[in-house]
Amino acid sequence: MTIVSTADLLAILPELLVMAGGCLVLVLDPLTAKDRKDWLAYFSLAVLGAAFVVGYWFMGALTGSPRPAFSGLYVLDAYGAFWKLLLILVSGLVILLAKAHLKLEEIDLPEFYAFILLSLSGMMVMVSGTDLLVIYLGLELMSLSLYVMAGFKRYAPRSLEAAAKYFILGSFSSGILLYGISLLFGRTGSTTLAGIRDGIAGLPPGDPILLMAMGLLVVGFGFKVAAVPFHMWTPDVYEGSPTSVTAYMAVASKAASFAAFLRVFLEALGGIKESWRMLLVAVCIATMVLGNVVAIVQTNIKRMLAYSSIAHAGYALIGLVVADAAGTASVMLYLAIYAFMNLGAFAVVTMLRRGGLEGDEIDDFTGLARRNKWAALVMLLFMFSLAGIPPTAGFIAKFYIFMAAVGANMTGLAVIAVVFAAISAYFYLRVVMVMYMKEPGETAGTPGYDVRVVASPAAIAVLLVAALGVLILGVFPDPLIQAAQSAILPLK
Amino acid sequence: MTPDMVPANYLPIVIFMVVAAGFGIVSIAAGYLVRPSNPYKAKLAPYESGAPVFHDARTNIPMRYYIIAMLFVIFDIETVFIFPWAVIFNQLGLFGLIEMLLFIVILLVGYFYAWKKEALEWD
Repeated sequence: MTIVSTADLLAILPELLVMAGGCLVLVLDPLTAKDRKDWLAYFSLAVLGAAFVVGYWFMGALTGSPRPAFSGLYVLDAYGAFWKLLLILVSGLVILLAKAHLKLEEIDLPEFYAFILLSLSGMMVMVSGTDLLVIYLGLELMSLSLYVMAGFKRYAPRSLEAAAKYFILGSFSSGILLYGISLLFGRTGSTTLAGIRDGIAGLPPGDPILLMAMGLLVVGFGFKVAAVPFHMWTPDVYEGSPTSVTAYMAVASKAASFAAFLRVFLEALGGIKESWRMLLVAVCIATMVLGNVVAIVQTNIKRMLAYSSIAHAGYALIGLVVADAAGTASVMLYLAIYAFMNLGAFAVVTMLRRGGLEGDEIDDFTGLARRNKWAALVMLLFMFSLAGIPPTAGFIAKFYIFMAAVGANMTGLAVIAVVFAAISAYFYLRVVMVMYMKEPGETAGTPGYDVRVVASPAAIAVLLVAALGVLILGVFPDPLIQAAQSAILPLK
Repeated sequence: MTPDMVPANYLPIVIFMVVAAGFGIVSIAAGYLVRPSNPYKAKLAPYESGAPVFHDARTNIPMRYYIIAMLFVIFDIETVFIFPWAVIFNQLGLFGLIEMLLFIVILLVGYFYAWKKEALEWD
């Protein structure tokens, strides 16, 4: 009988902390007085702080080779630690953002923090699992919490529609992913990444069932990272969900899915690199084209950011297509920077109120510079960064992705990406244009058109962290680049 | 390719599928050709010898039923896990006991939450 050793339990200490924290929030919720519910948000932040410290200590202690745990189902390595720290940081920022935002939307329920913690623990399992079933388990834990969070605005039909759509399409894509896993198991006799790699080495090249399994995995992960043609859910779900949830989905769920995507394809399917590279180049180009072109015609800022997040998934996919050390490091860098700029942009959206509603139309940004120059200024910063204009961090992110493509003799792909990055500047700068070049009330809005900016201390803190992140990483990206380069997957 | 993975080994399954589909098709076709056709109103009613339909079966059901049903599923799954665990409990020993305790504690968190949120109150 195998007994779980203390070393195994120590390896998942951050995950255990977050998971136990999530359960404790659920238990403490009915026991806390109504006017003290804020303490649960602080408690969640404390849990995240503890997990961050443990995770940081792990990353520092991991100078040597990766340490497998749970008989090879799990691994404690620098790659996983890098993603975990990023995900914990993002979750903390989202909790801060949600604390203010949920009150405005009158959905101030402590369960929200429990769901954030539970879905975070799923993501942490996902980025460290070295067995397809463990990765799947983490992915489901993440997704199930997100389905509920998408429908958190219970009184809004939009939000319920988003939750139902996300749930049905998400479980369908999970099924496809599971089908791919089962075919891989049938062909190679293993579900661990190392076992699959060895199994593939013994198969003849071009094995049809293996290729089919690879295709199904592309569909499953492509859905989670919102790559074209598996992106259909993204605009509706991002628009309908409460904005703080949208921010969480667009940043954390995408980062965790990319982490697992990279690990599975590079570690397990590295032997058939040429086959999936062809497929992913097509997916990658389609994602960049559709995301950037359709974003141009959007009038709702959340929908526009949804298409922009599709486009950014396309850029990040370049790093996977390149499939070498530089490519992996550039994806990690890209998603870390993307987290700051996208969270910041969504944080500004949560602060705009039109009457009792959220000001989520691009028209609501009209003349924002006159209403609140600080909100307009940070939004300008995030839009510049998303468009990839130096000296913001968005430029560094794109630069390293394109360099990785050029370094791997994929200049064509880099050229296409640059062209579409230029096109994307149009819709990002349009937001800047309406904020700065128009007077408030210049557009033919709805009657009683009155947009105000509600700035709570928590939201300001989030904006500050995001803005400083975008600026500092834009000027001194070296520490992050080195962290990413020292944490890449050992390629085989 | 190992010998047990050659597609030819699946031939019995294909034959089985053909026979299964054929049995259905042949019996329905034979019945259609042989039986007399004599429809009249009472015979075409949904329940030939039952009460006539007076109401659509798809109506709203109180929310409480769904909550109770959800709780039922959760604790049903608990039993599904406990039975096989009990069968090999002797081999699992202390490790198995602690694992099951953890599992039940996690379920208890949900139970406590449902209880305190008054999901178990009928009124």
